[in-house]
Amino acid sequence: MSDAPPQISPWQTARVIDIRIETARAKTFRLALSRPAPHRAGQHVVVRLTAPDGYRAMRSYSVASPPDDTDEIELTVERLDDGEVSGFLHDGVELGDELEVRGPIGGFFVWEGDSPAVLVAGGSGLVPLMAMVRFARAIDRPDLVRLAVSVRSPADLLYADELVDPGITIAYTREAPPTSERPVGRLTTTDLAPLLLPGATAYVCGSAGFADATSRLLVELGVPVDHIRIERFGPSAPAGA
Amino acid sequence: MASFTRGFTGRGHRERDPRLPPGQYDAKDDWPVLNAEVTPSLPTDSWTFSIEGLVERPRTWTWDEAHALAPSTYDGAIHCVTTWSKFDMTFTGVSVDTLLEAAGPLGSASHVLALCHTGYTTNLPLADVTGGKAWIAWEVDGGPLPIEHGGPARLLVPHLYFWKSAKWVSGLRLLDHDEPGFWERNGYHDRGDPWLEQRYQGD
Repeated sequence: MSDAPPQISPWQTARVIDIRIETARAKTFRLALSRPAPHRAGQHVVVRLTAPDGYRAMRSYSVASPPDDTDEIELTVERLDDGEVSGFLHDGVELGDELEVRGPIGGFFVWEGDSPAVLVAGGSGLVPLMAMVRFARAIDRPDLVRLAVSVRSPADLLYADELVDPGITIAYTREAPPTSERPVGRLTTTDLAPLLLPGATAYVCGSAGFADATSRLLVELGVPVDHIRIERFGPSAPAGA
Repeated sequence: MASFTRGFTGRGHRERDPRLPPGQYDAKDDWPVLNAEVTPSLPTDSWTFSIEGLVERPRTWTWDEAHALAPSTYDGAIHCVTTWSKFDMTFTGVSVDTLLEAAGPLGSASHVLALCHTGYTTNLPLADVTGGKAWIAWEVDGGPLPIEHGGPARLLVPHLYFWKSAKWVSGLRLLDHDEPGFWERNGYHDRGDPWLEQRYQGD
């Protein structure tokens, strides 16, 4: 008999207290929650927008900030082409605005900070993995995590100033900075092999295509499939079918 | 709490399709792929589907045996909890009713746990997979079900959120109680009716 499943907190209001531009297509929104809702690294929340006529749209966004004792969370939102919610968050939201949020949600794509983890991100799939990296640093266990990120170009790299650690692998798929020793191209087993901490769980986050290609590389390197956790994103959210 | 979001009007919703449950949008030609595990490779010559648990005759079908059963088709919509819906889908396979009839559910059976070749599970009331509401589907829109969408065969329970339509399904276990599956243990709703917006535990 399993324990009763966790209840997900009802909707609450959060105030936008900081907006940072990460890249040309990504902004980070820092939200002050009206009610405490502690999250674990890797979880997401749902943001709901309501029009005056009652029309609503909601999407899930990964929490980028690590678990901490503030009642604040950061969401990094990539603007999607034709994205109704991401477009509004980018163009319509100002400091001091209130947004409805619900969560945190997700108990599978979560790192608790007590076991080795290999993190592999494609593009904005870095967001939930960055919560794990930041958490590892905050609890002084950076040795537990290894990170590889795949992005098109330096201009697309989120959190670049936090990714200068030489142990972090960045694969530029279209255009690399002049200083990069690694040739332009997708992640390979050569990139990932040195990151495989013994007994680690792999966390892969990115598009469906990225996630499948990456999980195949990990399996090829001998990572058992039940040690690979995947978060794929489509036009909307993680989780689901 | 603010009753609406400052500046947000939404778009295109005045012609909102009445087939869309609350909070859903029409994904049109997109069919997102969102499973949390490694996509498996399941050859049809070793594929099986079983019914076990509270039944008179536990049964296992091979690919060919399942295909020899009376085919059944679903035409209509699917709804993912991540807020996309798709209309005018056609799935073909076999009705779960046909499979259950062969196995003979015991009177004490009230729920099922769908089991998958990947270890994924999802729970459903028995009443939600009987009476022409559920299928084991191996074709979509006239072609084989692609592996990323659960091929060679997935459970199809289109009146519930689509995580209930388990990809790579391997069987149904009939139970006399409800037993949370993979997403349900992680906060998702035990039933998942999109028209009631039963997205998360507590909804």
